[in-house]
Amino acid sequence: MRELGRRSEAAAPVFRALRSDDGTSGGIAAPLPPLWGLRPTIVVARTGQRDLVTAACPAALDLGLVPGMAAAHARALVSDLDLLDAAPDADRAWLDRLAFHAARCWTPTAAVSGTDGLWLDLSGTTHLFGGEERFAARLLGFLRRLGFTARVAIAGTPGAAHALARYGGAGVRILPEGGESEALAPLPLAALRLAPEALAAAARFGIERIADLYPMPRGPLARRLGRSAVERLDQARGFVPEPIVPVVPFDMPEARRSLLEPIGTAEAIEQVIADLLGDLVLALRERSLGVRSLVLRCDRLDMGAQFVTVGTARATRDAKHLMRLFRLRIDRIEPGLGIETMVLAAPQVEALAPEAIAAVLDTARQAPDLAPLVDALAGRAGDAALFRLSAIESDVPERAIARAGPLAKPAGWPVWPRPIRMLARPEALSGVVALLPDHPPRRFAWRGRSYAVVAGDGPERIHGEWWRRPGEMWAVRDYFRVEATSGERFWLFRRGDAITDKTGDLSWYMHGVFG
Amino acid sequence: MLRAAVARAAASRGPVLPFGVGPVDHLLAGGGLDGAGLHEVAGASASWSDDAAATLFAAGIASRFAAAPDVSALWALTRFDLYAPGLEQAGLGPDRVLYAQGRTDKELLALCEDALRDGSLACVVAEVKAADQTATRRLQLAASEGHTPMILYRRYRRYGQCPLADPSLAMTRWRIGTLSSGRLASPGVGRGRWNVELVRQRGGPPFSLELEACDDQGRLALPAATADRAVAPGRTDTVAFGHAA
Repeated sequence: MRELGRRSEAAAPVFRALRSDDGTSGGIAAPLPPLWGLRPTIVVARTGQRDLVTAACPAALDLGLVPGMAAAHARALVSDLDLLDAAPDADRAWLDRLAFHAARCWTPTAAVSGTDGLWLDLSGTTHLFGGEERFAARLLGFLRRLGFTARVAIAGTPGAAHALARYGGAGVRILPEGGESEALAPLPLAALRLAPEALAAAARFGIERIADLYPMPRGPLARRLGRSAVERLDQARGFVPEPIVPVVPFDMPEARRSLLEPIGTAEAIEQVIADLLGDLVLALRERSLGVRSLVLRCDRLDMGAQFVTVGTARATRDAKHLMRLFRLRIDRIEPGLGIETMVLAAPQVEALAPEAIAAVLDTARQAPDLAPLVDALAGRAGDAALFRLSAIESDVPERAIARAGPLAKPAGWPVWPRPIRMLARPEALSGVVALLPDHPPRRFAWRGRSYAVVAGDGPERIHGEWWRRPGEMWAVRDYFRVEATSGERFWLFRRGDAITDKTGDLSWYMHGVFG
Repeated sequence: MLRAAVARAAASRGPVLPFGVGPVDHLLAGGGLDGAGLHEVAGASASWSDDAAATLFAAGIASRFAAAPDVSALWALTRFDLYAPGLEQAGLGPDRVLYAQGRTDKELLALCEDALRDGSLACVVAEVKAADQTATRRLQLAASEGHTPMILYRRYRRYGQCPLADPSLAMTRWRIGTLSSGRLASPGVGRGRWNVELVRQRGGPPFSLELEACDDQGRLALPAATADRAVAPGRTDTVAFGHAA
């Protein structure tokens, strides 16, 4: 692979693998597991009040089950039937991924067509793959490896390709130039992408095939089936152009520097990172993006690669701030014999519009921005080290708290008296003297010291949360705030309400301390 | 020359935060806590309630430093046993505190230094067990550079050995202990009472006062002379304070 000290890069195998997800590097999508076995299988979706069959496996098709029939009807026809729920979102996601893959690897103009197809504009691209026949065969093979069955039609207009792929019957159909009208003639009207009302109207008039439309005068046709029907027909036959709105694949912002001489010192690495950041920030500004994480890859002479990752609490493209984050981590790079290429990529980006300048000038009223500080501190102590605490709607004290992100604006708690410090696990008290059922203890001993209580508030009754644990079904804690003789203020609780036995065993616990 | 030196010293000090309690502000050099300095707080003993009182005292100061809208205080600690609803009841609501949990005291102090120099926080509070003189000097420098107040809450390392006995360059050093509070006419627990002891301060005398615990805005108060009567309005400045240590 190496010649003259330079890495040679092989062309990516465009028919071999699908990227795992758009926008991230590496990873290959695993092929789909087969959806059906030997038993006939149908996919069912709920439309309105009825379950309709949206797809059927070949075995089911042979038994006469077709998409569009009611699921109950299908089950009546075939009792030994497997039903799957339709997942339109997952289907759409797969189509989008295939479209992105096509736009990245096969043709600049690719689009999702309907809910079950793709349009690829092959003008001037198929010679790269050995002609149209060869491209179609390789495409089918690629999809088969992923677990899809597909039909390919190559025609002069998107409408004709759409119709032939769905109603043409053959696995691969390649239409010669100008043969659209002839090829479309025997197909049913539904192949023209007409609106349901137009199809119903056509059925009333006895029009079944596209060929029936050809001799009709255009004026009455437009009046009966609608203008769009005529337009679809013209688009399919190539009289009216039909543009495809292509998907735009997202390219990860990336900056790369290949170095003339391998570098190994911290200063040199810092300089290169600064240059890379300059390049990247320019690219980000052009696309109005801000980074949430950056990955720096350092390729060493000995073919090893070093990765350094920084994350930011909020989208940013401030080169100075990002440099400060990298500076904290430069010492983690091991240059070895020397680094010859450095690549800086932003795998996680968010839209970041320019800020209005008025907000910057008006410094007096502007709240300080914590995001740079949060990034710097997280770079030193780790992402999990910085957090805020937010309230959870639970009366059980130890469950009322959840961690939130460092830039969150959490809501507060109810204003019942709560201690400033709390034991992670309540500790049992001994020698408790207390009047039952609802008086604070008179005296108690805890951690080898006995306390005499001079004042107490309570009880604050907290019931167990039966929806979390069945054991808490009847559990009750009665909390008391007590003050001992020398001013110590504790938060104690007793298990049970002292009336019903199953609420608790009347044992006392220390839980927290007030100042 | 002297004027220049005085001006330089004054410039390194931040805005002063008064306690709003007459005798305390009167005895504090500058009339309050320096908004760009290091302040140390410790419990009067290693007991849990003194620990809580000192924490609340620090939380009260932090909440008054962070009184402006949309500003946050940083609370750095190694072992998390704070209860956030309790902090909110001293004025530090959950949207006003950012917590930082470090693995060691050393890492924590480095975090605090970064946070102080950044200057975007209203206040930095750190709970540490060990901080030597060099560490306090660095914190003091960072605080005056970033114009951010630093409250170092020093926890007990050994029973009976006050952490404030170590040398330090803090502007003020406070020791807080709980006292028995006044009895209410009805049964129940009233506002807590603390013995607030200023062990050392730069440019002023040490003192010790009996004060009421901080309320939900972090403010301390003078205890009323008797259980039933509030302090007369004219007396707040002339009230006799406790023994000067």
